Amino acid sequence: MTPAEIREEVLDILGDIAPDDDLSALDDDVAFRDQLELDSMDFLDIVMELRKRYRVQIPEEDYSHLASMASTVSYLEPLMRDMQKI
Amino acid sequence: MPKDFLKDVQPSYDVIVIGSGLAGLTAANVLGRAGYRVLLLEQHYKLGGMATWFKRPGGHIFDVSLHGFPYGMVKSCRRYWTAEIADSIVQLRNIRFDNPMFSLTTSYNRDDFSRLLTGRFGLAEATVREFFDTARGMNFYDDQQVTTRQLFDRFFPGREDVVRLLMEPITYANGSTLEDPAITYGIVFSNFMSRGVFTFEGGTDGLVALMRQELLRNGVEIRIRCPVERILVRGGRVRGVVVGGREIGARAVVSNANLVSTILRLVGPEALSADYLEEVRGVRLNNSSTQVYMALKPDERLDESTGDLLFSSTAPRFQTDLLLSRDITSRTFSFYYPRTRPAGRPRCLIVSSTNARYEDWAGLSREEYEASKRDLIETTLDSLEKYVPECRRRMDHVEASTPLTFQHYTQHVAGASFGTKFEGLAVSRKLPEQISGLYHSGSVGIIMSGWLGAINYGVIVANDVDALLTRATAGDPSASLATTGNP
Repeated sequence: MTPAEIREEVLDILGDIAPDDDLSALDDDVAFRDQLELDSMDFLDIVMELRKRYRVQIPEEDYSHLASMASTVSYLEPLMRDMQKI
Repeated sequence: MPKDFLKDVQPSYDVIVIGSGLAGLTAANVLGRAGYRVLLLEQHYKLGGMATWFKRPGGHIFDVSLHGFPYGMVKSCRRYWTAEIADSIVQLRNIRFDNPMFSLTTSYNRDDFSRLLTGRFGLAEATVREFFDTARGMNFYDDQQVTTRQLFDRFFPGREDVVRLLMEPITYANGSTLEDPAITYGIVFSNFMSRGVFTFEGGTDGLVALMRQELLRNGVEIRIRCPVERILVRGGRVRGVVVGGREIGARAVVSNANLVSTILRLVGPEALSADYLEEVRGVRLNNSSTQVYMALKPDERLDESTGDLLFSSTAPRFQTDLLLSRDITSRTFSFYYPRTRPAGRPRCLIVSSTNARYEDWAGLSREEYEASKRDLIETTLDSLEKYVPECRRRMDHVEASTPLTFQHYTQHVAGASFGTKFEGLAVSRKLPEQISGLYHSGSVGIIMSGWLGAINYGVIVANDVDALLTRATAGDPSASLATTGNP
């Protein structure tokens, strides 16, 4: 998957988690928490969904990498580079 | 021949969940929905753990712990349960305080509390705003040295009335005290302040019935009256459980039983490191409770202005130790109107709750115990009279529960009704490091207790189990799991 495809996948997961938020205006360099109504359970849902869809394992100590879209994509890129987008 | 409650149980499962409190139910549901073969074992004849209810002649249904939870339950129920469950959550609008310092009614959210604190309590707007922001910014991994008392002293020095307003409801929500880490207060308080206090329309029985349906839909096998005798551990890994004298294999086990009894009784000290055991033995349990359940005669009605929740006290000031004293000066009344169960028979009920110590009730003779219960009932009715005039004449049924009652039904050590103090969370999280595949989920560390905390902790642990089983299935040798059953 390319970084653009990974971004699209994360956006799709966010759409399920925060159905009331407008994701089209998301700023990749600003923390999710400062733009969306996300709490710690929402981040756990991102982790669970990535594992379900792609078997990507994100240990708890790495959750901080999921702060913004930019940091999430750069964290996931080496893990998902060789995968095909479903 | 007695009924075999384990009839048709398979020799092994992916996951066995011990206990059907809200954390156990939720972990089982999330894992069942993910496609794992899950067996849920409950020692009691009803699902729900402390989220429970009982019926009495005259069409009365009492809720034991449905007193109000934060709005976050809507999201958690929608996501990890069903839309139907989430849509049954409704707000409780009248939260009352009545004590020698103040009497007021509030919707118990940030807007209304800010109005009260700056108006009636005369605090500066900036101070109030900063307090709310500080509380909301707290995380469970933050500094634990600051106590709730120190937090209040920083923002509201010398204002015992403000401390009382801010603390009293949280003490009832999760058993936390002024001496506990401030984060245990800040996280729970902020959860409530986001929108107010909510409840489940249809009562606890309605909720648990819907949860049971959803578990069955997700393929979870449920067995009641099945107390687990032992958790099987061999070679540092969990292998299953012993129940009814029978071994049932499992790749992972989630215990929703009391943290301390899970580790010391179901697992046993042999399988654990000395350091960990020391930590386990240092875990302080939270207090227990007494409750008085009162049902009005079928044709009697409570006026809605009585409130939904009433924090009532005759103590001149708020003190944690006074709340636990046998000489009760503070009670929380939960009022239930016919709207609690719109589909049921219209009834008005009142549950009075007081935090209590197990030791105060455990050593009594049978006569002393019964006399103490009668005294608890009579003093509660005396205190209710102020809010429900002529209450004795209007009552159809009254009974009391004590820490011993809680212990009997939940098998919690010392009848603990809010799990453990803060240190229990770390011990609970570290269990799988001691025994691969064994997890604890349930009321621990104050922030993981209450209805919302328990459900969310169930999800957190289900995520850990899913990570382990996914790794094992993917062939990661570090996570390889022996086949269940015989070694």
